[in-house]
Amino acid sequence: MEKIFVEVVAEHCLNGTTRPVSIKWEDGRVFTIDRLLDVRMAPSLKGGGQGIRYTCRIYGKEVYLFSEENKWYIEK
Amino acid sequence: MKRTILHADLNNFYANVECLYHPELRDKPVAVCGDIEARHGIVLTKNYPAKAFGVKTGDVIWEAKLKCPGLVTVPADFKKYLRFSRLARRIYADYTDQIEPFGIDEAFLDVTNSIQLFGSGFDIADTIRRRFREELGLTASVGVSFNKIFAKLGSDMKKPDATTIITEDTFKERIWPLPVGDLLYVGRSTCRKLQSRAIFTIGERANRDVNDLRLLLGVWGETLWCFANGLDSAPVRHAGEESVIKSVGNSTTTCRDLVNIDDVKLIVYVLAESVAARLRKHGLKCTTVAINVRNTELLSFERQGKLQIPSYVSADIAQKAMDLFRTNYLWDKAIRSIGVRGAGLVTADGHFQLDLFDCSRIEREELEKAIDGIRKRFGNYSIQRCAMLLDRNLTGFNPKDDHVIHPVSYFK
Repeated sequence: MEKIFVEVVAEHCLNGTTRPVSIKWEDGRVFTIDRLLDVRMAPSLKGGGQGIRYTCRIYGKEVYLFSEENKWYIEK
Repeated sequence: MKRTILHADLNNFYANVECLYHPELRDKPVAVCGDIEARHGIVLTKNYPAKAFGVKTGDVIWEAKLKCPGLVTVPADFKKYLRFSRLARRIYADYTDQIEPFGIDEAFLDVTNSIQLFGSGFDIADTIRRRFREELGLTASVGVSFNKIFAKLGSDMKKPDATTIITEDTFKERIWPLPVGDLLYVGRSTCRKLQSRAIFTIGERANRDVNDLRLLLGVWGETLWCFANGLDSAPVRHAGEESVIKSVGNSTTTCRDLVNIDDVKLIVYVLAESVAARLRKHGLKCTTVAINVRNTELLSFERQGKLQIPSYVSADIAQKAMDLFRTNYLWDKAIRSIGVRGAGLVTADGHFQLDLFDCSRIEREELEKAIDGIRKRFGNYSIQRCAMLLDRNLTGFNPKDDHVIHPVSYFK
C-alpha cells in the first residue's frame, strides 16, 4: 500500500469549503468524481498520513481522496 | 463548586505519529530518536512493541538496540508533531475554552461548564478519545477528576486509549494505595526523603500531619500534602491566556565536549545572547543569572548569582555566567552541556540606581537593540561576535529560534 499524489481540479465555494471535481491520474487520464459521499478529518491508515478525507465515487467505485496541507493523494 | 477536569495524554505521541506516516512500521518496535550527529542520540519515545523489550525514554540509541535488536529508529520531525498537537487542541476547543497545554502531547481541560451540553466528564472524555482515533488516527488516555493533579494521575493509570475516573468518593481507594512517587512533583530525591520517614504510599502521605511534612520538605511538604488529599484548587487556564514568565533560559548539548575555558566562553556567549534577546522581546530584565553544567559523566549542577543592576544586556549576563562557572567548575571532566538562565525578572522600564561613573550602560542597551533590529531583518547570523568565528561548528546554532518546544511547569 502506498499513497499516490494526484493533481486535482476543485471548486472553492463561497462558504469556504472545497469540493474536488476531477483528478488526474499518474498516466495522465482524468477521472471525474461522480459523487462526493462524505467529507471528514481522518487518518490515512493504508497510505500513511492524516488530513481531510473525501469519500468519492468514481466509475461506481468508492475511493478515499485525501487533502493534507493542500497536497492531494489517493491510497493505492 | 465541584469541578470536572480532564487530563488528556496522547499515548507514545511521537512514535504513534511516525507509525501513522509509515504503515509498514506499525507492528515493529519503533523508537523516535534525537539527532546522533548533534549528540542528541537518545530515545525520545517508543511504541508498545519496543516498550515490551524494555526500551525506555532517555536510553542511548546503542543501549536501546542492545535491548531490542530489531529496533527501528526514526528521526524526530517536530513540525509534524506540532501540527498534530494543534489538531488535538482544535478538538479540545469544541468542548471547552479552558484548555491548558502541558507539554506538546498533554492538556488539562476544565469542562465543568460544558457538562450540560455534552454529557458527563466521562462522556466527553470518551468522545474526545473516539475523535482522536477517527480523525487523527492517534490514541489518548484521559483522566477525569475533580482537580488537576488527580486527573493527571488518572490519565497515567490506564493506557492506551482508556478513560479513568477518579471521584471524590473513590479517590481514597484508588489513589491512596499507589506508591508515593506516582504523584506529580515527587521525584527521586523527594521520594527518598519520604521513604526515609516510612511514607511509601500516597495515602500514608495524606494521613501524615501536615506539620511533619513541612519540617521535612519545607513549603513543598504542605503543597504535596494538599495534592495527596485532593485539595489542589489550581484553575485550568483559558486558551490563549499567557502564563507569567518566571525565568528565561537556554541550554544546549554541544556537538563536541568542551575541554577548556575558551570553549565554554563561546557557548555561554551564544546562550547569553539568546537569553538577552528573549528578555528584551518580553520587555523584562533579570536580576539573577543561573548556570547549569553537565559533564561527560552526566553529573550536573546549577549555580546562581545576583547581578548588581537588572539587565537584559548579553555581555552582563555572559560575564556573570562566566564568573559563576570559573568559581564553581574544577575541570575534572570535560563538559557535555551548558545552560544559562535569567531569573528574578523585573519589568524593563522599572527604576534602578544609576552608576555615577559608568555612563556606557545606556549605550550598551541601545547597541543590543540595534543588533536585534539587524538580526530581525537580515537573519541571526548576519551580525555576530568575532569570537563566534573561532569555532563555527560549536557556535553554529540558534537557541532562540531553533527550539520550539519548551518544558512546562505546573506552577505558573
